[in-house]
Amino acid sequence: MIREFGIVLAHADKLASGLVNTVLLAGIGSALALVLGTLVAMALMARSPILRLSVQWLVDAMRCVPFLMLAYIVYYGLPSLGINFDNFTAGLAAIVIYNAAYMGEILRGAWSRLPPDYTQAALSFGFHGFTLYRRIILPPIMMAAAPVIGNQVIQVIKDTAFLMIIAVPELTHAASSIQSTYYVPFAAFCAAILLYWLLCMLVEWGVRLIENAAEGRR
Amino acid sequence: MTSADYLSLVQGAGITLALSIAGVVLGVPIGLALALIRWARIPVLAQVVTAYVSLLRATPLVTLTLLIFFALPTLGLDIKPIPAAILALTMNTAAFNCEVWRAALIDFPRDQLEAARAFGMGPSLIFARIMMAQVWRTSLPGLVNEMTLLIKTTPAIAVIGVVDITRAAVRIGAETYEPLPPFLAATAIYCVIVLVFIRIQRAVEMRINAEARPA
Repeated sequence: MIREFGIVLAHADKLASGLVNTVLLAGIGSALALVLGTLVAMALMARSPILRLSVQWLVDAMRCVPFLMLAYIVYYGLPSLGINFDNFTAGLAAIVIYNAAYMGEILRGAWSRLPPDYTQAALSFGFHGFTLYRRIILPPIMMAAAPVIGNQVIQVIKDTAFLMIIAVPELTHAASSIQSTYYVPFAAFCAAILLYWLLCMLVEWGVRLIENAAEGRR
Repeated sequence: MTSADYLSLVQGAGITLALSIAGVVLGVPIGLALALIRWARIPVLAQVVTAYVSLLRATPLVTLTLLIFFALPTLGLDIKPIPAAILALTMNTAAFNCEVWRAALIDFPRDQLEAARAFGMGPSLIFARIMMAQVWRTSLPGLVNEMTLLIKTTPAIAVIGVVDITRAAVRIGAETYEPLPPFLAATAIYCVIVLVFIRIQRAVEMRINAEARPA
C-alpha cells in the first residue's frame, strides 16, 4: 500500500497537470457559464412572452440531459457542422453550454425574489439599459445567489471527470493513466478523489468569504 | 440506425433504470441510517459519517466507479461490473440522501418528541409512529429530486463496461461510424426518464400539500 502511494507520488507531476486542467475547465467554464447565464436570466425575466417561453423551454430541456450526453453531442456533432475543436475546447464548450442553463435558472430564482420597487426606484432615478443591470440589479442577485452558484461550481468540478471519456487530460484521466501504467488503482484514484475534495472545500470556503463580504456591505 | 440499434438502446435503458432503482432502494435507507447517526450525535460514528458525506459529495461518480472496479480486486475482492456499478451508485446517492433526511430530522419539532415521551412511548415506537410518519413526507420531494440527479450521473458506470444507454450508444456509433444519431436518440431516452421522475415529484408534492391542508 505504501509502495503504491510512493509510485503515485513519484508521478505527482502528471496528477498536478491533470489537476491544473480540471481547475482551468471548471474555472473558465463556470465563469463563462455565469456570464452566459446572466443573459439567459435576462431572457427568462423578459417581458416578451415568445423570448421568455422559448428560452424557458431550452433551459428545461438542458436540465433533463445528462452532462456526458451533451459532451458527446458537442464532441461529435460540431465537427459535422464544420467546426473543429480539440478535445479540451470541446469539453469546455460542453461545460459552458450545459451550465449556462443552470446558472440562468439560479439567477432567475434570485431575481424573482428581488422586490420590484427596488428596480422601480432605480428607474425613476434615471438608471436604464446596461447600467441598470450592472449597478442595480445584478450585484444583489449575485450576492444572494452565491451559495447556490457555489454548489453549481462544485457540480461543474465533478462533471469535468466525465471529460476523461472524450480523452481530455484532466484529473481522473491522469489518475487513470498512472493506474494503467503502474497498476496502482487504489492509490491513484484515492489521490484524485482527495484532490477533488480539496477543490470542493476551497469553493465552499470562497462562498463563505463572499457571504461575509455581502453581510458586511449591508 | 437500424431497428436492432434502437432495440439495443432500449435494452440499455432497462439496465440504466434497473441499476438506478437498485441504487435508490439501497441508498435511501442507508442515507436514513447515516442521517440518524448524525442526528443522534453518536460519538465517533457521527464524525465518521460527517467526513464520509463531505468526501462522497465531492467525488465524481466516474472516479468513484473506477476506484471501486479497479481497486477492490487489488485488495483481494473480485468484483464484476454490475455489482461495482450498484455499489458506486449506492455510495454516491446515500451521501446525498443523508443530507435530505437530516434536514427533515433537524426541522422535526422537539415538543412532539417530549409529548410522546410523556405519554410513555418507547424510542422505537416514537421513531416509527411519530417521527417517520412525518419525516418521510418532508423528505420525499428532496429524495425524488436526488433520484433525477442520480439518473443524470449514471452514464459514469459505462466506463467500466456496463452496457447502459450510454454504452449502447457508443457501441452503435462505433459500428456505424455515425456517432451523432445514436447519441441524440440516447439523449431523448434520458430526457423521457428524467421527465417521468419530475412528473412523479410534482404529483407527490401536490399529494402531500393536499394532505397537509386541513379538511
